[in-house]
Amino acid sequence: MSGMRGLSVFISDIRNCQNKEAEILRVDKELGNIRTCFKNDKVLTPYKKKKYVWKILYIHMLGYDVDFGHTEAVSLISAPKYPEKQVGYIVTSCLLNENHEFLRLAINAVRNDIIGRNETFQCLALTLVGNIGGREFAESLAPDVQKLLISSSCRPLVRKKAALCLLRLFRKNPDVVTADGWADHMAQLLDERDLGVLTSSMSLLVSLVSNDHEGYSSCLPKCVKTLERLARNQDVPQEYTYYGIPSPWLQVKTMRALQYFPTIEDPSTRRSLFEVLQRILMGTDVVKNVNKNNASHAVLFEALSLVMHLNAEKEMMSQCVALLGKFISVREPNIRYLGLENMTRMLMITDAQDIIKKHQPQIITSLKDPDISIRRRALDLLYGMCDASNAKDIVEELLQYLSTAEFAMREELSLKAAILAEKFAPDLSWYVDVILQLIDKAGDFVSDDIWFRVVQFVTNNEDLQPYAASKVREYMENIVIHETMVKVSAYILGEYGHLLARLPGCSPRELFGILHEKLPTVSTPTISLLLSTYAKLLMHAQPPDIELQKQIWTVFKKYESSIDVEIQQRAVEYFELSKKGAALMDVLAEMPKFPERQSSLIKKVEEVEDTADQSAIKLRVQQLPSNALVLADPKPVNGTPPPLKVPSMSGIKVNGTPQSLAIEALPGEISSQQRGLTEEEGVPGEVDGTAIVPVDEQANTVEPIGNIAERFHALCLKDSGVLYEDPYIQIGVKAEWQGHHGRLTLFLGNKNTSPLTSVQAIILPPAHLKLELSLVPDTIPPRAQVQCPLEVMNIRPSRDVAVLDFSYKFNTSMVSAKLRLPAVLNKFLQPLQLTSEEFFPQWRSLSGPPLKLQEVVRGVRPLALPEMENLFNSFRVTICPGLDPNPNNLVASTTFYSENTRAMLCLARIETDPADRTQLRLTVSSGDPTLTFELKEFIKEQLIAIPLGSRALVPAAPVPATPLAQPPSPVVDANDPGALLAGLL
Amino acid sequence: MIRFILLQNRQGKTRLAKYYVPLEESEKHKVEYEVHRLVVNRDSKFTNFVEFRTHKVIYRRYAGLFFSLCVDITDNELAYLECIHLFVEILDHFFSNVCELDLVFNFHKVYLILDEFILAGELQETSKRAIIERMSELEKLD
Repeated sequence: MSGMRGLSVFISDIRNCQNKEAEILRVDKELGNIRTCFKNDKVLTPYKKKKYVWKILYIHMLGYDVDFGHTEAVSLISAPKYPEKQVGYIVTSCLLNENHEFLRLAINAVRNDIIGRNETFQCLALTLVGNIGGREFAESLAPDVQKLLISSSCRPLVRKKAALCLLRLFRKNPDVVTADGWADHMAQLLDERDLGVLTSSMSLLVSLVSNDHEGYSSCLPKCVKTLERLARNQDVPQEYTYYGIPSPWLQVKTMRALQYFPTIEDPSTRRSLFEVLQRILMGTDVVKNVNKNNASHAVLFEALSLVMHLNAEKEMMSQCVALLGKFISVREPNIRYLGLENMTRMLMITDAQDIIKKHQPQIITSLKDPDISIRRRALDLLYGMCDASNAKDIVEELLQYLSTAEFAMREELSLKAAILAEKFAPDLSWYVDVILQLIDKAGDFVSDDIWFRVVQFVTNNEDLQPYAASKVREYMENIVIHETMVKVSAYILGEYGHLLARLPGCSPRELFGILHEKLPTVSTPTISLLLSTYAKLLMHAQPPDIELQKQIWTVFKKYESSIDVEIQQRAVEYFELSKKGAALMDVLAEMPKFPERQSSLIKKVEEVEDTADQSAIKLRVQQLPSNALVLADPKPVNGTPPPLKVPSMSGIKVNGTPQSLAIEALPGEISSQQRGLTEEEGVPGEVDGTAIVPVDEQANTVEPIGNIAERFHALCLKDSGVLYEDPYIQIGVKAEWQGHHGRLTLFLGNKNTSPLTSVQAIILPPAHLKLELSLVPDTIPPRAQVQCPLEVMNIRPSRDVAVLDFSYKFNTSMVSAKLRLPAVLNKFLQPLQLTSEEFFPQWRSLSGPPLKLQEVVRGVRPLALPEMENLFNSFRVTICPGLDPNPNNLVASTTFYSENTRAMLCLARIETDPADRTQLRLTVSSGDPTLTFELKEFIKEQLIAIPLGSRALVPAAPVPATPLAQPPSPVVDANDPGALLAGLL
Repeated sequence: MIRFILLQNRQGKTRLAKYYVPLEESEKHKVEYEVHRLVVNRDSKFTNFVEFRTHKVIYRRYAGLFFSLCVDITDNELAYLECIHLFVEILDHFFSNVCELDLVFNFHKVYLILDEFILAGELQETSKRAIIERMSELEKLD
């Protein structure tokens, strides 16, 4: 390695490049040169090969894609001499990862080195496997690695590598190391004198006990002994002390291992451990040397965690709280950060809250720290420690901070403030104030259920009504206001604006004026709401205000021809109603009180509360499942809630008192309606004859909630929703599609109060898709939700399905599921409606197989024609109405995107038989034979798989029950140029 | 566990990148870019910890070089912070007064040293002497 001049020269050249362009040129030249040498020089000397492979690694490190040379790197692994072998191993483990097919080629060579006699080769092989070994390695190599680890003839050098290599293999497949066969060996390893081997072995133990603490209980006393040995500095060689501290890393690891044992039964072991911990707690002083200080505090913080875990005696606990209180006031940022972090954990312990509350001013100071890392910790802590006694102060601090907070923190801040305000509101007017401020400062992050809740409170509390009305009236003065503020103001002023009538600026006409100014800036649903408010204002104008009536009628008139059905209907109905004079009073009477109900937000919070009092130890041991939703995410995974209107009756929501007219659907009903909707949307089928990849519903003890197949089918037709759920985890999906690209985000939500560990997500991609899943964390913290983006690229048409092989560990049981991913053929379709002029020439030009395929499909689920139209539209094959003269036939068109086909037009025709709805003739054509075939098969699957009573397929706009407005009836024009089509078909 | 280790200079040039979790090439580029952006502008008076996606990055700056470790949320921050320093001490010892150029021209040796120090994303050896001795053993074989 020493005299590799060529490599040094190359690095110098790169360094001397004046700019990026020059660098690229130099790199390209080098890559070209290497490629030629690899291709032409059949007998490349080992030295040259080695040099080139190093250069490839260097180029790779600079950020260039190197798509060759992998073979050469892997082949060097089998070289007979150390210098080449070493390069092969190191470069391979940098260029490849466990998912590369290529790596399998090396398994044999690697195994030969592991079982061979050459110690240096063993080290190289163990290192490669430890760093990039995958499941296959685990299965074929684990016994050999175990042998090396316990061998008495191996040097510590080999054994410490074997320990960590085994750890990697265990992580890849926990079955390869089981307590039955390994616990005794593991316990023996903890007697090891060599601290290098002991450090590695302790890491291995942490992983093993986190999986099965009972199996390894014999290791517990040995961990305590190790800790004693280190803490007392007995028999610790000088080289293992770091700034005078006996290996802080080993101390930390050992205490971490101890935290996986639920409790310590043996009194003498417990006593010795507590002595050590006591010594650490009391004997750690702040020192000048940064490294020494960090190292000793690393040990101290781990000791704190262990004490909290063991739920030690009261006296020791209060020592901990006192220490943390000290830490959160120090200047040193790292210590302060850790103080805040650990104090949040301390909240789980009863009795600690009151002492922590004393530190509130200090914590609030940290909320204003310039370092975002510290601010986040302070926010978590404030949120956790908030209760009725300090809610007012804390929420006000959060609101104040909201004005200056960066975007990254706003969402979390406003959600937390809303939850706290609702949970601990000392009085309702304060609650209204807080939510209005929230909407004002961060309206984008205030979900609908929050403002619905405000309306609910105001409606149910007469005292609150004039107050709320005057408050929103004040906000309406602002020139720029958030749309949510317009909504809540419009609702409240419509209902209770008349209570302000005597105040200046609050006559119905003035209220109308100020609301109507906002109309041009708002979206359609808000316009509907404003129309209802106008109707109410008009009614409240006593004596009748002719001028106001004229203005409002003009508005109604204008929207009578709105393109939006909802707005149109409201405008027509209100206009007619308002002409009825006194009758209007009955119809538009004030909303009745809502039945007392809990808000969904609070419900979520309380479900969290159920477990929050429990001590940390109980949490860890019992790890109670709970059905609480993940709080970290304010919005439901399945996107924004659908607008809540009664489908057929437009604005008229009959509720309790039949004659009253609600302005909007009842706030509290969101959750139930939403649930209803999602259930209905589940299009799907129990039958699924076409899954290419077998999806085994696994032999887990953990039962999934809901039907996995149904969830998958529902997601094939929509872009967000729940993919999988069981008592511990919920996996949601949200997808965006653009041409042949897609971006799916997986939302992994831990529903528990304890972390999910060993989380693994592997994508098994079909050949036609390129999938890239970003980093999936090994652990999902309690009640947290993590987002993992998945990039999808469609290479060519195929109905194969990508599968997500997902697993995690809960308590001691491994849960795994193979889930089909909704990256299916129809996601790469783009709706497209053709006119007859566009359709027919295309249809004619694609004549006969293989570009045009026809098939009579039998066993079709019987569907009425409109339902079938909806079905086609739902998977983005757009029905072109009126093109086919036969009313029993449908023609449809769409565009398919893939890398190979680019954008390609697809046409389809369905001829149904009114006498027998279970069969039809299907014709599909496109410019690509595979696409034609795949699309035809896909449509067939859809037609056959639909279950009978799927209500989602009911036409979206049924004929209104109250035909005040003329329903736009889609009458098929039979005189169209369809005859032409008939001839062609 | 350590998910990955990055050694980057102020301009964002990667001097060492070691991944203990399987990532696609494009994802690696993204990670390297994002981590650099995350740490490069942080004030020296700030914490050495910063949240990164669902993990946290423990980083430390030595002259113009940033050493960043991406670890799990529940990992002991200070232990990893000192782990960085120990690695720097080892490099310093090996190259006697290490500077960025040593790492550039001897990047292959840095990978070798790292493999003796960390394996499978876990600390393997904390004795400076043991690692330095091992390195001279290996140099003799070369």
